[in-house]
Amino acid sequence: MSYTEEELKKELETKEYEYGFYTDIESETFPIGLNEKVVSAISKKKNEPEWMKTWRLEAYRAWLEMEEPDWANVNYEKPDFQAISYYSAPKNKNQYKSLDEVDPELLETFNKLGISINEQKKLTGVAMDIVVDSVSVATTFRDTLAKKGIIFCSISEAIRDYPDLVKKYIGSIVPARDNYYAALNSAVFSDGSFCYIPKGVKCPMELSTYFRINQAGTGQFERTLLIADEGSYVSYLEGCTAPSRDENQLHAAVVELIAHDNAEIKYSTVQNWFPGNKEGKGGVYNFVTKRGICYNNSKISWTQVETGSAITWKYPSCILKGDNSIGEFYSIAVTNNFQQADTGTKMIHIGKNTRSTIISKGISAGNSQNSYRGLVQVNSRAKNARNFSQCDSLLMGNKCGAHTFPYIEAKNNSAQIEHEATTSKIGEDQIFYCNQRGIETEKAIALIVNGFSKEVLNKLPMEFAVEAQKLLEISLEGSVG
Amino acid sequence: MELKEKLLDSHLAFEEQSEVNETIQGFRTRALRVFEKKGFPTRKIEAWKYTSLASVVNKNYALFPRTDSGIELKHVKRYFLYDIDTYKIVFIDGIYSPFLSETTHDGLDVCLLSAALSKQKYKPIIDKYFNKAAVKDESLTALNTAFAKEGAYIYIPKNKVSENPIEIVHFSTGEQKALWLQPRNLIVVEENAQVQIIERHQSLSSHDVVTNTVTEIHAHKDSLLDYYKIQNDLDSASLIDNTYIVQEKNSHVSVHTFSFGGKLVRNNLNYFHKDQNIMSTLKGLTILKGKQHVDHNTLVNHSKPNCDSHQDYKGIYSEQSKGVFNGKIFVDKIAQKTNAFQQSNNILIDDKATINSKPQLEIFADDVKCSHGCTIGQLDEDTLFYLRSRGIPRKEAKALLTYAFANNILQSVQINVLKKRINGQIAEKLGVNLGFDL
Repeated sequence: MSYTEEELKKELETKEYEYGFYTDIESETFPIGLNEKVVSAISKKKNEPEWMKTWRLEAYRAWLEMEEPDWANVNYEKPDFQAISYYSAPKNKNQYKSLDEVDPELLETFNKLGISINEQKKLTGVAMDIVVDSVSVATTFRDTLAKKGIIFCSISEAIRDYPDLVKKYIGSIVPARDNYYAALNSAVFSDGSFCYIPKGVKCPMELSTYFRINQAGTGQFERTLLIADEGSYVSYLEGCTAPSRDENQLHAAVVELIAHDNAEIKYSTVQNWFPGNKEGKGGVYNFVTKRGICYNNSKISWTQVETGSAITWKYPSCILKGDNSIGEFYSIAVTNNFQQADTGTKMIHIGKNTRSTIISKGISAGNSQNSYRGLVQVNSRAKNARNFSQCDSLLMGNKCGAHTFPYIEAKNNSAQIEHEATTSKIGEDQIFYCNQRGIETEKAIALIVNGFSKEVLNKLPMEFAVEAQKLLEISLEGSVG
Repeated sequence: MELKEKLLDSHLAFEEQSEVNETIQGFRTRALRVFEKKGFPTRKIEAWKYTSLASVVNKNYALFPRTDSGIELKHVKRYFLYDIDTYKIVFIDGIYSPFLSETTHDGLDVCLLSAALSKQKYKPIIDKYFNKAAVKDESLTALNTAFAKEGAYIYIPKNKVSENPIEIVHFSTGEQKALWLQPRNLIVVEENAQVQIIERHQSLSSHDVVTNTVTEIHAHKDSLLDYYKIQNDLDSASLIDNTYIVQEKNSHVSVHTFSFGGKLVRNNLNYFHKDQNIMSTLKGLTILKGKQHVDHNTLVNHSKPNCDSHQDYKGIYSEQSKGVFNGKIFVDKIAQKTNAFQQSNNILIDDKATINSKPQLEIFADDVKCSHGCTIGQLDEDTLFYLRSRGIPRKEAKALLTYAFANNILQSVQINVLKKRINGQIAEKLGVNLGFDL
């Protein structure tokens, strides 16, 4: 299947959300609204210890004093935080030992998404901690991981079973007061994933979590905490789809990564939340705070494919605290119709000989707005820091916009920083060049678009790449067929 | 008394002593309201994130300079391009100095804004251009408009090529302790006309002086304007330069900014395109040391198709100096076939030097070529070693490489004498003279 640019443009514009369906699982949902009682109730519902409840309440009080940020290059109707229900759990919330026990309708949901757990288990060797709305309902491969000493469970379980670890790390990278949405998340987070890789352990499989927003009108507040102890390695995958809904759904997640000395974390995301329909109605608001800290000789690598959400506000960041640590950020953001994305990264160089790489590819079509916003900061003690950033944007049509807001701050004379950005459409000369060599125009466009995003797609783990293509559908890689 | 209040209070006195028509008065009053509302920009404003005016606005400045303090030419000769014929408009403490100036009305107008504002003869041009290009809601520009009275007025009529470059020179003598100056320039280049302008601010003593200047430039069809800003002032002088350029079809306006000194320099350079096939060039060379702070804030507003813009800023920062580059390219959705290029290269020499760079692109059209690049680095050790292994001392080797780094900014300077002069200044800044011209 090959496309001309026109067809591709048309396809991007008219593409309906393929994963828009709604599973009717009896849910237990809190009435709408947010106050201290609701926060306490969430905590109680999850049988959390007192310190967790106090932490949540503090975050809630901090949140009350904060203002919703408006510096991002996005326009939207501010969500009414009192019109959202802050807790929703599938009613039957026993821990399943095997898939037979799982609600068949839920399994059907996953099948529609093309991610049969069975298949996943057998074929891909991916352990899934599946989160539907807010409570983790199925965890697989836990035994295999347990043998290695790896803890991979929902954050509520972690609070219950490993309170010391959670207490030590939660909020250490993204403090509750960090920003408006992080504070909100800290107050009301319902579930999420927790992962601990012990010293010197290489996680034998890709860890993966599926997030889905399922219940109408419930915000999804995920909290992910991932700790890679000294010398360990883990690759973590996160993918999202959400059913079609007309009202805007709010998603404010917090992800914290800790890479201890010599550890390596690879964190990949495919985000395909409902982007709103052709008129720009509906869609998910995605306000995410993701941040990782690198200690000596460690490495954190963020890879993201952002195709969904009406509004994306997301800046996966690396604090390169330790000497010789490495931060990487690879991103593809596709927006079309009325989607708006303001995404990028922050690389904070603190330690000596720290290195960071930023590759960001933005593709905008329709009436969408796509912004890259990034910060590279080299502090005065970060000797020999090195950064390379590249932000490329591809525009399709003149109703969309591509914006670049790179902030570069160097306080050290040994820093070497390079930043490059380009904005273009598919060049006539590029096509001509291909034509000259006997490649027809359709193929040439496919080739160029393919090349444009390949750099980032390549960074996705094998297991996920297939999944990503399926999930994306509008992925430009897929258009090559 | 706070500077803001002082400025607001003194406006009435200012109006009383100046003779202008109602339109101009209207501009001033409205501008004063804008400034009253907005005040001095703080670091909370995104465009001023990296530059704080706090150290500049905290002094008690004299707002209205007294009379010409009479400086002798031999003391200031070196600040002029004395080896070639030029038109000169010279101000001492904000007051026109007829003795040092060389104005003209022969075929083109090089004279004073105060004359243009008050004389009936110039009214059509003033009505058409004065306070038109300047952005109305920017507080410092508004502050200047509110007190706009004196400055350079340059009018190049149709098909006229000015043979001599025009020098605009502002001296401050320090007769009065701290001085706040607000010159206002209006430059109109008519169809197919050409002119070269050099602007310079120079203080002659180490008293505090702050200059908040606004320059409005209208470049008509097929016109060519070369503008050079020489900023090599003492460490007691601060400069806020607001330049607004409106370009018509096929015009080419290039602005070179050489920032070699000053306590705090802020350059707001704005280009607005009114028609197609326009070329805009922005070049800057910054060499700083000590605690100097220079902030380049540029905007190229591509609102019409088929236009080109080219930005090239280089900076060399030693000691505790601070550089800021904040470049913005805006491409409207109808501005197809835009070709916009932006580059900022920086070298940090010392440990305490800082550079903050924010090259922005905001693009709404698809058939465009826009790119920007930004680098921060050091002189290459291997190259230095190569030169030293061939007997060139380290200092000279460094200077040689720095010369090379700065070269492509100097290359496009059209006035040879000026190029030589700047070359000399670079040598002075680097503390060596290699005895050759770039």
